[in-house]
Amino acid sequence: MSDPKPEQVGPPIALLAGLSHRCPLRCGYCSNPLELTRASAELDTDDWCRVMREAGALGVLQVHFSGGEPTVRQDLEQLIACARDCDLYTNLITSGVLLDAPRIDALYRAGLDHVQLSVQGSEGKGADLIGGYVGGHAKKLEVARLVRDRGIMLTLNAVVHRRNLHQVDALFELALTLDAHRIEIASVQYNGWARRNLAALLPTQDQLEDLTKTLEAARIRLLGRLVIDFVPPDYYAARPKPCMNGWGRQFITINPAGLVLPCHSAETIPGMTFDSVLQSPLEDIWYRGEAFSRFRGTDWMQEPCRSCEFREQDFGGCRCQALAVSGDVTATDPVCEFSQDRAKIDALIAAAVAEPDAPYLYRGGT
Amino acid sequence: MWLRDQLLRDVLGCSARKLSLRERVLLGAASLPQLPRGVRLRDDPVRGLTLLLAPERVLYPDSTGVAILRECNGDSTIAQIATRLAERFEAPVAEIQHDTIDLLQDLADRGYVVLG
Repeated sequence: MSDPKPEQVGPPIALLAGLSHRCPLRCGYCSNPLELTRASAELDTDDWCRVMREAGALGVLQVHFSGGEPTVRQDLEQLIACARDCDLYTNLITSGVLLDAPRIDALYRAGLDHVQLSVQGSEGKGADLIGGYVGGHAKKLEVARLVRDRGIMLTLNAVVHRRNLHQVDALFELALTLDAHRIEIASVQYNGWARRNLAALLPTQDQLEDLTKTLEAARIRLLGRLVIDFVPPDYYAARPKPCMNGWGRQFITINPAGLVLPCHSAETIPGMTFDSVLQSPLEDIWYRGEAFSRFRGTDWMQEPCRSCEFREQDFGGCRCQALAVSGDVTATDPVCEFSQDRAKIDALIAAAVAEPDAPYLYRGGT
Repeated sequence: MWLRDQLLRDVLGCSARKLSLRERVLLGAASLPQLPRGVRLRDDPVRGLTLLLAPERVLYPDSTGVAILRECNGDSTIAQIATRLAERFEAPVAEIQHDTIDLLQDLADRGYVVLG
């Protein structure tokens, strides 16, 4: 890895630090890889702190502490303080259920800038059923109050699907009640474990049309009171999502064991070699590592992407989805209307909505 | 309304009267803008820019924007900020004040600017 740094590649903006795959919840759309890193194989405090310094020097501006559930790590406060020492913006992505007042005080004193708290619905019974954790929702509301009492900015992240899409207006009310400044209505992305729950969770076309109206009305009604971000369910889109805003363009993900990934599900792609922060400097991995170079830019594309006028806007979509549905990791994301495999997505939708009572499978170990 | 009452009483364990839901902040010449904890202006030596870091967002203000944001300390009114910047940039106060309110209102609507 001694080649010069490619001139057209800019520095990364954000680092997703997946501190641990451990999590007390069992959501059926879990985005952890199917094969989990054991606690004993997790990076230690010193390694993570070194990674923060390397990330800051490389140009990373924000660190998202995530997992799994990042608060299982007892050194989280140290890692946040270390990131702040490097002038990085610190964001905690959490289910909240392991937090209490003393811990939130400690995170605040360490310099935590922002909390993104997940909710599985607008009311306890349904939310706890989805998360597979009794009492979780009530705990989250208490945590939200403590976070805001401390003056830490708060985003609610509501993962939405067929079973809770009717609650979106109630979720806005909940966010206002909790004094969150922002809510993210994030549709399940059907990769990894979530693919097993496609039939149980995929929204219907009717639900999506209702949702569009609900969002439009709320954005007007709540201007200046609540920021609303929306992640659409890409199966219903005509064009693919600009996955990671382009492979190796803005984001670095580091998994609990220290492997550096262009996206959090890149490990599902066979034949990829991922560098480890235990073996190489982050700068080398970002600018010259094989995994980051693999789908960077547009040279790797085949038709119809290669000559498509949108290739620099959606970057060909999601590689993991291309592999999972089309069987070819360099194919156009099959949700794209120009993909020869769009019919496969339509068939998946038809099969999923034909099974309204499909069983919901909790996240398990494998 | 039923839903909101329900949430406030049963779930949060406190009465509706104790909580006031946030209203939109409308900025004017007398407002005292400041950045809340969790939003900060930062010089970035790697890119050679000054950036505004906010929750899960990075904003790239232009040089006028940076000058305005540096003045948002919670002690100066928008009118005072505009007067200072008008002197520094030798521009009409009214125009600067208009631009300042435009920028800060947009940021306030996203929660990135609050009143001191």
